[in-house]
Amino acid sequence: MIESIFLINGLGDIVMEKHWASAIPRSICDYFFDVQKSASRPEDVPPVIPVPHNYLINLLRNNLFFVAVISSEVPPLFVIEFLQRVVHIIEEYFGECKESIIKEQHVVVYELLDEMLDNGYPLATESNILKELIKPPNLFRTITNTVTGKSNVSSILPSGQLSNVPWRRADVKYANNEAYFDVVEEVDAIIDKMGGTVMAEIHGYIDCCIRLSGNPDLTLSFINPRLCDDVSFHPCVRFKKWEAERVLSFVPPDGNFTLMSYHVASNNIVAIPIYVKHNIIFREGTGGKMDLTVGPRTTMGKTVENVVLEITMPKSVLNCTLTVTQGRASFDSVTRVLLWDIGKIDPTKLPGCKGSIALQSGATIPSSNPVINVRFCVNQLAASGLKVNRLDMYGERYKPFKGVKYITKAGQFQVRLTIVGTTTVTAAAATFDCDYDRLGLIASATTCD
Amino acid sequence: MLDSNKDGLKLEAMKRIITMIAKGRDPSHLFPAVVKNVVSKNIEVKKLVYVYLVRYAEEQQDLALLSISTFQRALKDPNQLIRASALRVLSSIRVPVIAPIVMLAIKESAADMSPYVRKTAAHSIPKLYSLDPEQKDELVAVIEKLLMDKATLVIGSAVMAFEQVCPERTDLIHKNYRKLCNLIVDVEEWGQVLILNMLTRYARTQFVDPNTKQPVPEKEFYEEEEEDEATDEPTRPRSLDADHRLLLRNAKPLLQSRNSAVVMAVAQLYYHLAPKNEVGTVARPLLRLVRSQREIQSVVLTTIASMSVKRKDMFEPHFKSFFIHTVDPLPVKLMKLDILTNLAGESNISLLLREFQVYIASQDSKFVAATIQAIGRCASNIKEVTSTCLAGLVALLSNKDEAIVAESVVVIKNLLQSQSADQEAIITKMIKLIDHVIVPVARASILWLIGEYCDKVAKYGPDVLRQMAKSFTNEEDLVKLQIVNLAAKLFVTNPKQTTLLCQYVLNLAKYDISYDIRDRARLIRNILFPSENIKAIKNPKKIFLAPKPAPILESKYKDRDTFQLGSLSHFLNIRANGYRDLPDFPEVAPDSTVRNVEPPSRPTSVNAERVSVSYAQEEKSKRKPTFYSSSSEEEEVDGEESKSETSETVTESDSEMSELQSEPDQDLDKKSISIQEKTAGKTADSTEDSDSSESETSSESEEDEIRPKAAQGTTSPPSAQTTKSNLDLLLDFDGAVPDIPTPIITPTIGGFLTPIVPTVTTSSSLMSNSVDSIVMSSPAYVANNPKELISRTAGNGIQVGIRFTRSPHLYSSTMASIELHFTNTTAEDLGEIKVANKVLPVGMTICDFPVVSSLPHGQTRTALIGIDFGDSTQAAVFDISIGDRILKLSIKPPIGEIIRAVSMSETYFLSQQVKLRGMQESTAVATLPPSVVDGHAICRRVYEVANVSPIPSSDPLVFRFGGQTLSSKTLVLITLKTEAPKVTVIVNCEKIIIGQMLANQVKEALDKH
Repeated sequence: MIESIFLINGLGDIVMEKHWASAIPRSICDYFFDVQKSASRPEDVPPVIPVPHNYLINLLRNNLFFVAVISSEVPPLFVIEFLQRVVHIIEEYFGECKESIIKEQHVVVYELLDEMLDNGYPLATESNILKELIKPPNLFRTITNTVTGKSNVSSILPSGQLSNVPWRRADVKYANNEAYFDVVEEVDAIIDKMGGTVMAEIHGYIDCCIRLSGNPDLTLSFINPRLCDDVSFHPCVRFKKWEAERVLSFVPPDGNFTLMSYHVASNNIVAIPIYVKHNIIFREGTGGKMDLTVGPRTTMGKTVENVVLEITMPKSVLNCTLTVTQGRASFDSVTRVLLWDIGKIDPTKLPGCKGSIALQSGATIPSSNPVINVRFCVNQLAASGLKVNRLDMYGERYKPFKGVKYITKAGQFQVRLTIVGTTTVTAAAATFDCDYDRLGLIASATTCD
Repeated sequence: MLDSNKDGLKLEAMKRIITMIAKGRDPSHLFPAVVKNVVSKNIEVKKLVYVYLVRYAEEQQDLALLSISTFQRALKDPNQLIRASALRVLSSIRVPVIAPIVMLAIKESAADMSPYVRKTAAHSIPKLYSLDPEQKDELVAVIEKLLMDKATLVIGSAVMAFEQVCPERTDLIHKNYRKLCNLIVDVEEWGQVLILNMLTRYARTQFVDPNTKQPVPEKEFYEEEEEDEATDEPTRPRSLDADHRLLLRNAKPLLQSRNSAVVMAVAQLYYHLAPKNEVGTVARPLLRLVRSQREIQSVVLTTIASMSVKRKDMFEPHFKSFFIHTVDPLPVKLMKLDILTNLAGESNISLLLREFQVYIASQDSKFVAATIQAIGRCASNIKEVTSTCLAGLVALLSNKDEAIVAESVVVIKNLLQSQSADQEAIITKMIKLIDHVIVPVARASILWLIGEYCDKVAKYGPDVLRQMAKSFTNEEDLVKLQIVNLAAKLFVTNPKQTTLLCQYVLNLAKYDISYDIRDRARLIRNILFPSENIKAIKNPKKIFLAPKPAPILESKYKDRDTFQLGSLSHFLNIRANGYRDLPDFPEVAPDSTVRNVEPPSRPTSVNAERVSVSYAQEEKSKRKPTFYSSSSEEEEVDGEESKSETSETVTESDSEMSELQSEPDQDLDKKSISIQEKTAGKTADSTEDSDSSESETSSESEEDEIRPKAAQGTTSPPSAQTTKSNLDLLLDFDGAVPDIPTPIITPTIGGFLTPIVPTVTTSSSLMSNSVDSIVMSSPAYVANNPKELISRTAGNGIQVGIRFTRSPHLYSSTMASIELHFTNTTAEDLGEIKVANKVLPVGMTICDFPVVSSLPHGQTRTALIGIDFGDSTQAAVFDISIGDRILKLSIKPPIGEIIRAVSMSETYFLSQQVKLRGMQESTAVATLPPSVVDGHAICRRVYEVANVSPIPSSDPLVFRFGGQTLSSKTLVLITLKTEAPKVTVIVNCEKIIIGQMLANQVKEALDKH
């Protein structure tokens, strides 16, 4: 099980350490530093690093590595999932999980870790339980604590720990009873250079903010629940009900949580809300020209907002000079990232971007094709078409205020580009292309048979 | 500050100390000052002191002992939180001296009222174990107790302790298996992961492989309804053991967990345990995990890669989900590429190659290299596209990036070896490239190719060699070796042009820095240009140009599934510390009855005993509908019906039984009601909202949906009928209820009713489907001649003989039927014979014989009497009036006569015997007289004293006999181990006295000359 946890920042300093079994010397982190240094990006550090006698399982969040030291066989996901829970709890307590905050709140974080793990085995990981054990700091409490000398640590056992709804606090009271649901969908897609969809998937989740007094029992039903291919639930959701009636029946935790996440797989046709027209031409020796246009595709009349295009240019590109009709474009010559922040798309006046690309002197036409990563956001639209039907509450008398919001966002949304060189066309690509055409014919012939 | 009186100051000080610890500075010199504050009233100070103590107690053991008494006191605190935290800290202090104290604390806390404290106790077990492994035995006992716990909070931790301390003790799991399966949905997520992993290993040892095709096994639970299919096809996949199915069914909802570790645990469970056609269900949840953070992604992808090697069909429909995004980190890209290659098939190859082509244009050269390899693998696996791929790869040779070119060369080399088409053109093209290729591996590959196919490109060979010879000194070792090889090969095929060149190259090599090359040159020189004293090798061509097998390009995840999927070892492909291999499925499933639940202890009150049926009996009742046979009249009528029901009761019982365990405190009254409800509820669709009822109905309905519906109609009416017909007994039963403490009764209708009906049929028409059960059998030996009970003189001329018929009495099967022979040796005729007066000890009943009208002079009359001895050897004393005489009879049954012969399979015998060890085992050693030599004689002697039946034995020197006491149906198992002339008699019986007496009697019988 988890022997120790080290928090390491991007520079390779140990921010914090906590041991459960015997203390493990800090020197064990040296192995980690070696790997960290050899990785070109922090994301490339492998999640599990075997070192003599131990295994280091790490999690990277906000440029902060959570490294767990393991001495014997344990499912790696078990540890990763736990570390993720730690991050989540820290976020719940302090708003975000940053190095500076952890440094400031050493004692609370240390106490939290102490409660969450016992002998390396997870003990209390529900935020509601932890919040009752160790009160989260807020301004008011900090003041009263300093004045009265009281503490953040509670002396009674949280009732949730023992009840059969461990995720909910007892005796919740609110003056305003409200329940908000955010249906968020992320579109993952790869668009090829011709504008065709190579793959598209939708990952959705329902975030809730529920402030209801007492012990409400909620039932959320959808108009078209069969859309969801694969679902996962917060433990509070009664799975049997979903199986039988396709409704979400649950006693909610108090506060913010993710109720459900679902997946609309690639065999459904996914509506792509945006398109990018692109044209990049290089000329040998002089450089090249580029021309980009962005427009909305299937948005059901909603506006596409927060559109950002990001292109990592090939190595030989020196600089880009761009003029845009809308938003702001910039080119970072060190990372060679072209960033075009468009904002809202007005369908009557499509934003465009024109400019020239300067190549390094003497460099040949780049052979690798860049990719546009697109970010966007459409409010009041769920790309999959999922719609909440109604929310019923049982068990309590008051009438809660209910609200549902839909958002569609870009997940990993990328558009592939081709660079057209005027002198030499990359031979490899060309050969492959004609071969595929032949192959496609063969394939279709066989299917006809 | 720590010595201050103010809590606020202390707290501030402690906080600073903790910050120091967290930052890795060592405040251990403050230990004495901190330890004093362990008694602090302020809970936060206390807590921080605890944290400090746990961290540094190991280093300052003597001082740490000062704090122990505080914890001991806290262990008795009324607040459960304080009890728990005291135990937590106490067990976390790694000071060996206190191990006994911790042991005591764990034992106490394991029996605590609060599940939270019990959970903490479970957590403490591995801590103590690592501190002092000698305590293992005691700890195992505590674990056993905790595993029995019904609180979901505790179970996860108990399993954790089990895994850390005694993972080899699968016997502890048997009894809890069904409970674990049923409760797993409610256990907290971390516990779920551990339980699932543990059950995977457990199931691997207990169930047979669901994927092996086998002739229909004889002992299937579902045999009846599957019989028709079975006749059609002689072999079919084995249908699963009910427990196996239970596990799969209960694990499935967990695929929807938000915790990826849980999903993975279920996925690996399905992969390792489920029949092939069901494994597919885990594909989608796994794909969902692929979408999550990079860390989870890479673990999941490793697993998918392993799965996709063997089970391509699972992910093939979803292969687009593995298309690579540029933002993916490199390791993820490589894994996705591997998976895509694994999934490549004729249907999707064109799409895939198009994708690969895009990847080749990527900016990351490592990724491009991997893509080229992937293309190579596709090409060699799918014949249709080989030439296309090859052409594409050749085109890549003119790429600007040398790394790409090098990689293509290597892949082409591998492909050419396995493919004969068009080699010449490709090699020619590659030869032209050799001046441009710089990467040594690629150069070496080209040279090797030229050498290998030197007959096909004969024109170029010598020329290339000449060029290489020129640049030899500047080449890498790898290339040099290949140059030497090339020289040798060319010399063999074309000595005319290359002899000189070859010698030149060998000379160069002779003075090389690398000894490897020098050695190689020397070897080749001796083969090709033998000196006088070495014999020339006849055919160097055979050596140098032997046909070489083509390399097989395969996934690097191919053999990884020897490790349990999702485990650390699997991810790293190294055996991690403490990794335990997943055992192979056994050939034959071990006895499944071990998972049947038995209660820890039973009351011995006579009243309860008479009514409640022993648990061995209950187990049996699951398979044998015993409830119809309350009276002999009904037996025949109901026999048919009950037979058809056998299978239903069995399958339902599994799920139901374990459900009831979770409500153990329910008394029988309630239970009877709930069962009635249940039978009613089954016919109507249950619509209750509560979770428990949902799980109840669904667990029943999922599998048994079709069958019980048909069966339910028949189930309820007979039960009502029997209840009525046995009304008096039912009353009796109700009266006895308070005496039965929380029995865990199989709540099948059969099991429920068994206690009411004290009789069990022996009708052979009720042969059970399952071999693993007890079957009544006819006695192996019946005495023919009556023994004298009352002699002529003692009976004033009336002689009474007695014979045990060893057949069940008609009135009740708990009665031994005894034949009484009355012989009148007096001169006068006597009147009717009847039972006059009986004063019986408690628990004994007698069924009188019908009045015998007269006993004439010199005649003998027989009468059959039934006596239920209540499993004791107390004498039944009663008067018999014969005419006007009163005869006092005292029938004291030999111990062997209150037993009835039953037969069972050997495995069942052994499994039952295992449960009856220790106190319940009696042994005696007999010495055989010389006259007794063979097994038959031994058996005969046993049959003479006891009504038992032989059990087949695999060992010719071991004889086994099975029996059952008449009234309580307690199993009596006799084992004889012969080592001539000694015979060890072992009797296993829950009733110790019976066991001992029987052992002695058998011994005496064997000793007899």
